Amino acid sequence: IVLVEGVRTPFLLSGTTYADLMPHDLARAALQGLLKRTGIPKDAVDYIIYGTVVQEVKTSNVAREAALGAGFSDKIPAHTVTMACISANQAMTSGVGLIAAGQCDAVVAGGVEFMSDVPIRHSRKMRKTMLSLNKAKTLGQRLSLIGSIRLAHLSPELPAVAEFSTAETMGHSADRLAAAFGVSRVEQDEFAVRSHTLAKKAQDEGLLQDVISFKVPGRDIVSKDNGIRPSSMEQMGKLKPAFVKPHGTVTAANSSFMTDGASAVLVMSEEKALAMGYKPKAYLRDFVYVSQDPKDQLLLGPTYATPKVLERAGLSMSDIDVFEFHEAFAGQIMANLKAMDSDWFAQTYMGRKSKVGTPAMEKFNLWGGSLSLGHPFGATGCRLATTVANRLKKEGGQYGLIAACAAGGQGHAMVIEAYPQ
Amino acid sequence: MLGETCPRGKSRASPFYSGALKILIFLLLGHARRVFSVSSHLAARKHISFEYKDDVAVIRFNDPSSKVNKQSLQLHELADVLGDIWLYRSSKSVVLISGKPGCFLAGADSNMLQSCATSEEVTSLCEEAQKLFRRIEQSRVPIVAAIHGSCLSRGLELATACHYRIATKSKETVLGTPEVMLGLLPGAGGTQRLPKMVGVLGAFDMLLSGKNITADEAKKMGLVDQLVDPLGPGLKSPEERTMEYLEEVAVGVAYELANKKIPLTREKKLWDAVTGLGPVRKIIYSTVTKRVQKQTKNLYPAPFQIIECVKTGIEHGSDAGYLAEAQSFGKLVRTSESKALIGLHHGRLLCKKNRFGPPEKEVKKLAILGAGLMGAGIAQVSVDKGLTSILKDTTEDAISKGYEKVYKSFDTKVKKTAMTSFERDAFMSNLSIQTDYSGFESADMVIEAVFEDLNIKHQVLKEVEAVTPPHCIFATNTSALPVRDIAAASKRPEKVIGIHYFSPVDKMQLVEIVTTDKTSKDTLGAAVSMALKQGKIVVTVKDGPGFYTTRCMGCLLMESLRLLQEGVTATKSDFLATSFGFNVGPFTVIDEVGVDIGLHISEMLCKAFGSRYEGGSLEIFKTMLEKGLKGCKSGKGFFLYGKTKSVNPEVEEILKNHQVTAPSAISSEYDMQYRLLSRCINESLMCLQEGIIQSPLEGDIGAVFGYGFPPMHGGPFRFVDTFGAERLVSLMKRFEDVYGNQFTPCQLLLDHTKDPSKKFYQSSPSPLQY
Repeated sequence: IVLVEGVRTPFLLSGTTYADLMPHDLARAALQGLLKRTGIPKDAVDYIIYGTVVQEVKTSNVAREAALGAGFSDKIPAHTVTMACISANQAMTSGVGLIAAGQCDAVVAGGVEFMSDVPIRHSRKMRKTMLSLNKAKTLGQRLSLIGSIRLAHLSPELPAVAEFSTAETMGHSADRLAAAFGVSRVEQDEFAVRSHTLAKKAQDEGLLQDVISFKVPGRDIVSKDNGIRPSSMEQMGKLKPAFVKPHGTVTAANSSFMTDGASAVLVMSEEKALAMGYKPKAYLRDFVYVSQDPKDQLLLGPTYATPKVLERAGLSMSDIDVFEFHEAFAGQIMANLKAMDSDWFAQTYMGRKSKVGTPAMEKFNLWGGSLSLGHPFGATGCRLATTVANRLKKEGGQYGLIAACAAGGQGHAMVIEAYPQ
Repeated sequence: MLGETCPRGKSRASPFYSGALKILIFLLLGHARRVFSVSSHLAARKHISFEYKDDVAVIRFNDPSSKVNKQSLQLHELADVLGDIWLYRSSKSVVLISGKPGCFLAGADSNMLQSCATSEEVTSLCEEAQKLFRRIEQSRVPIVAAIHGSCLSRGLELATACHYRIATKSKETVLGTPEVMLGLLPGAGGTQRLPKMVGVLGAFDMLLSGKNITADEAKKMGLVDQLVDPLGPGLKSPEERTMEYLEEVAVGVAYELANKKIPLTREKKLWDAVTGLGPVRKIIYSTVTKRVQKQTKNLYPAPFQIIECVKTGIEHGSDAGYLAEAQSFGKLVRTSESKALIGLHHGRLLCKKNRFGPPEKEVKKLAILGAGLMGAGIAQVSVDKGLTSILKDTTEDAISKGYEKVYKSFDTKVKKTAMTSFERDAFMSNLSIQTDYSGFESADMVIEAVFEDLNIKHQVLKEVEAVTPPHCIFATNTSALPVRDIAAASKRPEKVIGIHYFSPVDKMQLVEIVTTDKTSKDTLGAAVSMALKQGKIVVTVKDGPGFYTTRCMGCLLMESLRLLQEGVTATKSDFLATSFGFNVGPFTVIDEVGVDIGLHISEMLCKAFGSRYEGGSLEIFKTMLEKGLKGCKSGKGFFLYGKTKSVNPEVEEILKNHQVTAPSAISSEYDMQYRLLSRCINESLMCLQEGIIQSPLEGDIGAVFGYGFPPMHGGPFRFVDTFGAERLVSLMKRFEDVYGNQFTPCQLLLDHTKDPSKKFYQSSPSPLQY
């Protein structure tokens, strides 16, 4: 099974140029970009899967709405999946599953996240009253229902980036995780600066080929990510902790930011791709999903997933030429690196004989990561896969590894192999 | 960084101090005594270690001999270490932390206190601690207390004397002044510092209730300044790393305090300012005093002393306050109330241990028969401890109600944020409700809480044994039926045991575990281990009618029924009991338990023990039942339960047919009280004599936690010790003259009169009574 092509819209800070769009508009842009780049006929795709996290209620199956709007044939079924920050990975691997099962030959997978507008709801009491109002038959009943509305009913319910099971925000958990692994503020700031610096370099050198230009209705053409801001360690050091106060280490600058964006990849069986005359970019090889304690190990997904997927693929850390890890927080990445380098952790918590080892930094997230490029929750997975494929091609390696953590204490990793040139 | 072996900071300090300068500083600071003690204490320091982290001295408590850090020895060492820091100015700030993850510093050592011969000795011990804490408070070198685990009594007093407090948000971290529960008060400045820190009202709340305060609450109250989250797994165990992290944060704060980046002054809350006004304070004192009078019925001296000490400190200045506190503490330690409460505290701890060793197979899956109040209550205290529990009853309606009861109990906690909704859901997932026996094939223990009728119990036992595996224990939750009678129907009598829960199960801490001659040791071990897991205090008793608690309470009820016939109202009878220190009066108890059950048990016990057990006429119960007066469950019993509780006139009517003349010789209020009391005390002693209970300690714990024997008397056995066996017997003889064998003192009591030195408890409350 091969990755033929992958594209994404520019990832923008939420509340900027995309502010007036809807989620399916972004997904549509990514789909159209994919159509344009691959030139695949609009009815040659068998299935479309999208990942998203914070759902727009009107387009709860955003995959279908985006596909229709992007001009795909209305005969192509589409569904939406959600698995927090690894939703797009889930979309891709679902597609891989469909192809492997012989159901489909060509699947478009993608992800979209739109944080410029999130569903803010009425309070539960208000919703209850409003629903009863619908059923009220007489004027008297209606009036008494309206009369029952109190001021407190009007306070809205905001969605939060918090675990439902523990009510802890992710940033708070990341700060605790960093502390648990003894990751210092300086280490985190340094890693964040690294991410921004590498992203800037990649952007300037035109390496981010997966980014398509997007003409936003009523606005300019957007063709670049706008969250990349390399700054000095001194500037980084000035920020106050954002979650654990006053002694925390996770700040706004060493965390990924709220991002709008969408991505899409074309996944096909190798025969089909070749039959249609495509030159695939990479093989999608083994993948795993893992999950652990959502409280204290919320963001340790890569630590658990990496050794497992390598074992499945019969590879070791040194076989990997390209690493693309999702950077939720600098502290989270550093904690994962330390965990992967600890025999004690591997033995005590993972039931393994020894540590898997850390990825070599000279192979790690060389074109920036979620900290700098941005992290539209539902879309990041496809960016990781496409980046690995592009980097393998550019850098000439054979194996690439993606790994990501996700809310709920889940994680994912996938081995990607360069397609022979 | 300098290690522990560094010669007390000299390496950095010595260039500054010539010999003469040293002496001058000694004289100025008034520490001349230390000059000679330095080296000897360096060698002797066992419970404290310290090191420098840059300019911050980190002092760690670590008592090598105990699970908790006891204060006695550590304070001496702390005084030494701090004395040197003050003297040599070897650090700019100090962090106090524990080397033990579960405990900052807890518990005054009650054994040590009891070993003091006079209250003056105790007072001077207090004054010593007060002095140290006041020096800490006035220290120019800022001192930070870093708290993880329990920070109670002396621990809290030490923490509040420090300049800044950092606590972990761990569930293990609790702060409080529980002294009042031991009949004492915080004797090292607690009554003086808390009002300044959390306001007069907050201080009274803490001091008088003795309750544990979580870190979050403490932050809100202003008791701690900063919170630190507990950490999960990292490169070290969560516990270890959390302690390190706490220390890192504390060192950071200490550093900033020394450099004045964090101010030492606190904003005063408006509310505290208002309650600090003279006239407002007066109102507070009198309201609090009145409330305490009402709650304690003037039976406990400690709360009043606490109020007095707080008041003295505020109104007459700290010096007077500290003096009053130390003196009151000295006095309180010597009171019988305090001795009784401390005895109960130790007893309670002992009854929370499994002295029968771990069972072969730990109970993991529980099945409960009967989803009524009892059954649901048992389920409630089981599922939240991780025990998979089946709740079975015969009808859908019954199991639905049982489920609802368990759910509500957790949901109330969720609403009070004492539990997360996720925890609630996870606990509820341990509960399965059903009307059939499916799943019983893998149960480790079945607890039946069905109707108290031998035939029904037999039928249930047979049904259960037909479906359960051979290792499964059958526990009967009966309050009076002899377990051996129930076990008679069993194929596996060695697996049958009685576990007597008290209602409401989630509130009552005690269970009586009843063994028959056939019950195996392992069955007992497993039952005790499970009850402990459910958070219970366990008293093990031998099988017999009414076991221990029901039997003792029963004869008190029989006697109060007689009082009723002699023209004493139910309200008055209840008052006689409560004014002696019982939590609730006998008739309130009967109404709560149910008149029908009361009758059932009384009849059974009277039949078993004969005339010596009798008292008032049980016909009263019978007539009441005929008229549908069943107690709380039918809305009326001895009392009417409207907006206020009042005596039920219908019962008055019934009583007219049962009146007897009160014997004037023994009907004073005092005599009536002792008629109630002496019978249940005598019965308790008889239980020990017959081997129903194994030790006075279990007898006392069972009486206090089971049927509400006045805690300030410490239980029937301690009461006999304090009151005097002879005095009690002479009272009983007078009653015996009128009523006969119901007041005949048992042999054990008589033995104690013969030899006045014979006591159930030797000298101070020794935990070694077993």
